[in-house]
Amino acid sequence: MATTKPQMLVNDEYQYGFNDGDVGVLKFSRGLTRQTVEEISRIKKEPKWMLDFRLHALDVFFKKPMPRWGGDLGRLNFDDIVYYVRPSENQGRTWEEVPQAIKDTFERLGIPEAERKFLAGVSAQYESEVVYHSIRKDLEEKGIIFTDTDTALREYPELLREYFGTIIPPEDNKFAALNSAVWSGGSFVYIPKGVTCDIPMQAYFRINSENMGQFERTLIIADTGSFGHYVEGCTAPSYNSESLHSAVVEIIVKDDARMRYTTVQNWASNVYNLVTKRAAAYKNATMEWVDGNIGSKLTMKYPAVYLLGEGARGMVLSIAVAGKGQHQDTGAKMIHAAPNTTSTILSKSISQHGGKTTYRGLVHFAPGAENSKSNVKCDTLIMDNDSTSDTVPYSEVADSNVAMEHEATVTKVSEEQLFYLTSRGLSEEEATRLIVMGFIEPFTRELPMEFAVEMNRLIKFEMEGAIG
Amino acid sequence: MSTPILAIKNLHVEIEGKPILKGLTLTVKGGEVHAIMGPNGTGKTSLAQTLMGHPHYTVTSGQVTLDGQDVLAMRTDQRARAGLFLAMQYPSEISGVTTANFLRTAINSLRGEGHQIPLKEFRDRLDETMQFLEMDPKFSNRYLNEGFSGGEKKRNEILQMLMLRPRIAVLDEIDSGLDIDAIKVVAKGVQSLNGPEFGSLVITHYQRILSYLKPDFVHIMMDGRVVKSGDYQLAEELESKGYEWVRAEYSTPL
Repeated sequence: MATTKPQMLVNDEYQYGFNDGDVGVLKFSRGLTRQTVEEISRIKKEPKWMLDFRLHALDVFFKKPMPRWGGDLGRLNFDDIVYYVRPSENQGRTWEEVPQAIKDTFERLGIPEAERKFLAGVSAQYESEVVYHSIRKDLEEKGIIFTDTDTALREYPELLREYFGTIIPPEDNKFAALNSAVWSGGSFVYIPKGVTCDIPMQAYFRINSENMGQFERTLIIADTGSFGHYVEGCTAPSYNSESLHSAVVEIIVKDDARMRYTTVQNWASNVYNLVTKRAAAYKNATMEWVDGNIGSKLTMKYPAVYLLGEGARGMVLSIAVAGKGQHQDTGAKMIHAAPNTTSTILSKSISQHGGKTTYRGLVHFAPGAENSKSNVKCDTLIMDNDSTSDTVPYSEVADSNVAMEHEATVTKVSEEQLFYLTSRGLSEEEATRLIVMGFIEPFTRELPMEFAVEMNRLIKFEMEGAIG
Repeated sequence: MSTPILAIKNLHVEIEGKPILKGLTLTVKGGEVHAIMGPNGTGKTSLAQTLMGHPHYTVTSGQVTLDGQDVLAMRTDQRARAGLFLAMQYPSEISGVTTANFLRTAINSLRGEGHQIPLKEFRDRLDETMQFLEMDPKFSNRYLNEGFSGGEKKRNEILQMLMLRPRIAVLDEIDSGLDIDAIKVVAKGVQSLNGPEFGSLVITHYQRILSYLKPDFVHIMMDGRVVKSGDYQLAEELESKGYEWVRAEYSTPL
């Protein structure tokens, strides 16, 4: 057998780590004050209620202490962050209208190609603003709204007022408060009653500047009996100092509707990724989070489903890959608040080159959630002796007539598996990759084909630093 | 392709400092079927694992060559590429990887960069081989060895052997736990490769599979070496008389 020397994955090996220089046409100075918030709102010409919402959220943000649980936030300095960067004067409706430098970036990331091939619509956010947006005509004609949240605030003010901040209020946590104060961009999706959007809508988020804070705000409403699939991807350049990505995603899934939200986040290893994602699922509704976390310095993200109507279903299917100097503190929350609700959590994590993964999850059964069921499964694959993994599952049961299953496995790539595969001619590198691909297969098989291919490519790339 | 020659000379092997093989010598050539029999714990599986380069086994002295090339200097994957194959007694389970995907990856690894097998050709060969081995076509979409019965695992090892077409195959208790029909299928699989370009070394406790494979040579292993060799009749003799007489003969000082 060959002996392998684990090599460390360094920053430059992150393939999206290029930057485009400073392309912003308007860039705030570092730090966060009341003026920062007022200025963002003024530039965006927002209605007063939104400014009030932001200022209230800012108060909440200042008052709330830093979380003391989860990952190490010690090096995150809010005074070093740039809270708003406008990359171009206008949003492009056609690809030609997007400024060249930004266009080149998204071309390198394969966005226009993906759009041509298989997407219902695309939204591309660069720094604080959405720079390109399109939706297929036929879907627009069915009444589907897919736009950026700033535009939605102007064009659909009544929908925004009704739902914005209702699922995740600023009081929820410090980073939700921060996002509420300085949010910019993000996606707004509305699928009307009974309408099915069977091809995915995609958003792409890119941070370019050093010390940039990206605070997109996404709101999705799947009206009664509708179906939709929203997909997002994220990248950022590799810098030596920290950037912050702190998004809020709120989803409302009304009676009999089904919504799937797929994320593949591939941040550079200097990004703090602190995201609050939550959905409310009503009677017989289904909410599915498919959540892939690769890269970042620290990710703290626990997609949640509040099962509020009888027969509602929630699913979180996630993978987390932690490499050198990275901590993936991820998991899921399922709140069973109605009878006959079911939830499924499948969490897969891989730690390598000294990385750390933590599964942190909560399953809560409120009084009256009778005949509800939850199934939680956490599988961890540890690639070497320097890497670690933890599982922190919480469950709260206030109704006795419920069923809860929890299963956790921790595996290492075994010598026997490697021997078996190499005895058939695979190199140790190929063998390890095959085992890893197999491990995340329950996740990749849920992705749209193009994303699955991309995912496998990313994983392959992540593994290459490891195996000599 | 030429006729392969696997030559094992005076092989000494330890596991965790404990001697397991103590001077084993054996030559397997293309066109030959060899059988190794012997009581439990005499080093038969250790021999098989050592030939394929399992990391737990340390060769302390002796030689293994394939067509004159030093096998012991090769990594496990290089041994496979040189044409060695080991049908394992306890194949590993690989979750999430279908048998078909694995087989295609393995064939392409053996063929090398730029010589990948075209998908259609692979599919056709896989279908044909599975039919020959009387396997359910759905089998190839199951995850490799995961939840397979003992018999399915053994059959899968033979499927791999036929797909990968090795030059020298070592079959470690390929017949254990199989019923008579399954043994016939496994034997049929091995026989289909027989010819001047293929040699095999069949490790077994039972004469039954040998009655189909008709080995040219039967070797009895005891205490880490070959103590007696003969033809197929030796296997029949063991079946009726057991090992005691061999042990008595072997332990008699010369």
